Amino acid sequence: MRIGVVTFPGSLDDGDAARAVRIAGADAVRLWHGDPGLHGVDAVILPGGFSYGDALRCGAIARFAPVMESVEDAAHGGMPVLGICNGFQILCEAHLLPGALTRNQHLHFRNRDQHLRIASTSSEWTNQFTEGQEILIPVKNGEGCFVADEATLDRLEAEGRVVAYYTQGNPNGSQRDIAAIANEAGNVVGIMPHPEHAVEALTGPSLDGLGFFTSVLRALAGSSAGAQHAGGTVR
Amino acid sequence: MSRVVVDVMLKPEILDPQGQAVANALPRLGVNSVSSVRIGRRIEIEFAGDPDLDTAHEIADKLLANPVIEDFSISVDAPREDA
Repeated sequence: MRIGVVTFPGSLDDGDAARAVRIAGADAVRLWHGDPGLHGVDAVILPGGFSYGDALRCGAIARFAPVMESVEDAAHGGMPVLGICNGFQILCEAHLLPGALTRNQHLHFRNRDQHLRIASTSSEWTNQFTEGQEILIPVKNGEGCFVADEATLDRLEAEGRVVAYYTQGNPNGSQRDIAAIANEAGNVVGIMPHPEHAVEALTGPSLDGLGFFTSVLRALAGSSAGAQHAGGTVR
Repeated sequence: MSRVVVDVMLKPEILDPQGQAVANALPRLGVNSVSSVRIGRRIEIEFAGDPDLDTAHEIADKLLANPVIEDFSISVDAPREDA
């Protein structure tokens, strides 16, 4: 499996995301913001950082990078896409996910290990967890407060599209303690905390982040097997 | 040359913690008559020729404002005698 990791000017966590992909057992393919080519990858990760210096709004400029047009097309076609932190912000700006990430309610940058509860295992990035599972991964953001109108929040919860909630404290004021959401199809997921920083005992608070990366490998293996059975027409 | 001004404001229902922080600081200036502060962004766009409001609207809608959380308004700035 080939998992693409996009580097924008100002990306910080592209190296860690690529490393997490390799630890999960896949090939990490580095993608460049100015190159619309996806180079045959099976899934794409938009990493954390401060793309384009967070000019205007976080993710607002990155959304128009040449690579994003290809990522948007691929996402609409069913390719798994994971946006972490700044990547989540980019996915919202690109309207691949609903809502927006705004300034932390208390105005402080938060950098700590954060407990989450996995609320949906039907997304392509969380199928290796169990529903209700508590995990611990780092969170680090200044603009991670998830907001959406009440109707959107109700729909996300009713449709099982809240992928993870903050527990034991909400680090940024996100509405309804939402930490991660998925699109309707479950192939696009945005998460504010950082699973890629929790894949090795030496540097992470746990190995809980690894599940996101092994999940997509399972989803891809399942869909290619399914595609063979169904004559290649899955998705 | 012409100038179009785009004002971007958070929608009324979106919390503005920056504005709140400013409002909370005002008593330290001796100001106690302010009930609310909200912070927005003013963007000046210069066109080489006449102001193109359709293009300005497109720029504002697609890039300058995020319609999920922000509203914007557009106005033509009075002509100025720049150098």
